[in-house]
Amino acid sequence: MALARRRFDALIIGAGGAGLNAAIQLAKTDARVAVVSKVFPTRSHTVAAQGGVNAALANVMPDNWHWHMFDTVKGSDYLGDQDAIEYMCREAIPTVYELEHNGVPFSRLDNGKIYQRPFGGMTQNFGGAQAARTCAAADRTGHAILHTLYQQNLRARTHFFDEYFAIDLIRDDEGAILGALVLEIETGEPLLIEAKATVLATGGCGQAFRTTSNAHINTGDGMAMALRAGVPLMDMEFFQFHPTGIAGRGMLITEGVRGEGGYLINKDGERFMERYAPNAKDLASRDVVSRAIVTEVKEGRGCGPNGDHVYLKLDHLGEEIISKRLPGIRESGRIFAGVDAAREPLPVFPTAHYAMGGIPTDRYGRVLAPVGTGEEIVPGLYAAGECACVSVHGGNRLGGNSLLDILVFGRAAGLDLLQHMESHHRPMDEASVDKAMARLERWDRKGEGLSVAELREAFRRCMEDHAGVFRTEEIMTEGVERLRELREQLSEVRLQDHSKVFNTARIEALELENIMACGMAIAVSALNRQESRGTHSRPDYPKRDDVNWMKHSLYLLDGDQLDYKPVQTKPLSVETFPPKERVY
Amino acid sequence: MPRDDEQARELARLRWQCRRGMLELDEILRAYVDTRYPGASAGEQAAFRRLLDYQDPELQQWLLLDREPENEDLRAIVTLLRDGPGA
Repeated sequence: MALARRRFDALIIGAGGAGLNAAIQLAKTDARVAVVSKVFPTRSHTVAAQGGVNAALANVMPDNWHWHMFDTVKGSDYLGDQDAIEYMCREAIPTVYELEHNGVPFSRLDNGKIYQRPFGGMTQNFGGAQAARTCAAADRTGHAILHTLYQQNLRARTHFFDEYFAIDLIRDDEGAILGALVLEIETGEPLLIEAKATVLATGGCGQAFRTTSNAHINTGDGMAMALRAGVPLMDMEFFQFHPTGIAGRGMLITEGVRGEGGYLINKDGERFMERYAPNAKDLASRDVVSRAIVTEVKEGRGCGPNGDHVYLKLDHLGEEIISKRLPGIRESGRIFAGVDAAREPLPVFPTAHYAMGGIPTDRYGRVLAPVGTGEEIVPGLYAAGECACVSVHGGNRLGGNSLLDILVFGRAAGLDLLQHMESHHRPMDEASVDKAMARLERWDRKGEGLSVAELREAFRRCMEDHAGVFRTEEIMTEGVERLRELREQLSEVRLQDHSKVFNTARIEALELENIMACGMAIAVSALNRQESRGTHSRPDYPKRDDVNWMKHSLYLLDGDQLDYKPVQTKPLSVETFPPKERVY
Repeated sequence: MPRDDEQARELARLRWQCRRGMLELDEILRAYVDTRYPGASAGEQAAFRRLLDYQDPELQQWLLLDREPENEDLRAIVTLLRDGPGA
């Protein structure tokens, strides 16, 4: 049967906040816009972002985008590009107002202005008093934004391909992106979507780790598609871990538990954080607490029959305080760990939470790839949101800046897309289409072999053990070797179900390929960065090294090669913030 | 399509509907489909399918924050999921 084909002016892959905010920018034009999403759009991972979005509106106290910029540069451990950070912090203000005008129900102050709450890492006057900069829509900010953008896109007649899975980008000999091959999950039929410009907005890749707070959909699909199209991934070694995920399951247990007086203990009942952070103890920063937990487990002081976690004790707080101040904690403990937190300690272990790295872009969302000694824009390709790396988070992301990133750069990509709308479609590259089809048809091979689930679990466990919180040369060298072996085994995997209609086993196999591509990028980049910066912590190189390592890593799939490019330290209009020790 | 195949497709479709924006919901809903749904009564199955049509924040309130759905038809399935293998 001939391959079905559709033509649009713009193709957006991913229907979270970044993708939908890119699509809505084209609403006032005659452009034909397609949005492809593997799940129903309002079930994207943006709904899990409940904290809010930072913008220096100064509604509660004096504020300034320049102060926000300082906090973000410092938070990034000086790896963020200062031109992009300036752009984001300036654009935060019109972006939030645009969302408000589109109907996002932000919480209000008595005077009718948007309510803003204080959040960690946000200061006034370049590191002074706490700022109140985070705009929220009650405790469901992500969902409110997503729902509003979805409704606005429906009104603008954006064409949604719901429950379609993107297989690969289509690329011609000159490197221009011509659209993508996608698969309708319901029928199992492939569809070629041709577009003048394509935006990758597929979110993060937390599922590369065994223990993650990310939803099942976060399998790094866009990042892996970019890699297969010859585009590098940037700064993938920077992955944020939250110290207290439910052991073996990954769900977050909020820092609020320790804020209310909960504390961590090892198998001997010792409050071990007193040894690692004598002053801050259990309230030390996320990376310090995460490393302490992993050290306890590695040195044989872990809890449980396998000694593979520690305990978070909060039963001494009493039922009333737990119910009133920590809603949902008892339920989460009961459902996911089989423990009543008001009576027993919760088993916890660090959980992979957020990818700072991703597809390299400029501040207009245009994807960049190395050419010779420099880099060039990949014609027709954009990326925005967690799958992209502008880079505004550098080595570490601040709370309230992830929603901001997806909204500002989704919007920027959408606005830049406008210039393509009057151009013509480039001729289709049939060889590239055949290549994408071959990748899909590979899963039709029959016979005995490894299962997707087996290989996925082996890979994810290896990522956790060898590329997680604890990173030494020895551990990571062994890990990269093992991950390569596991990647080789991918060719031995066979599906037992070869039906077409709703064959989710095939989708899970395609997702596994994506997870493995992202995982390799993380592990190889981490092994090679010989310093400690932001969330990348190397006990064998404990200091930040600005002389040799103030540069971005670029990982290429071909031969697991690494390249580097300088950090952009020059902002757009203000003075550079020079690197300083990051102390809070 | 033979009946067994039809049932298998129906389960696959439901499993995909259980893919949500939050890990907690993924795990609770998926565990129910994998363990209890195939042997559940027609009424219980229908209630579960109705539940899947709700937005993630609603499901979060009911399944993780101990709130009751206003719709009485959904209360039994919510209780089952809270106490279930989500487990």
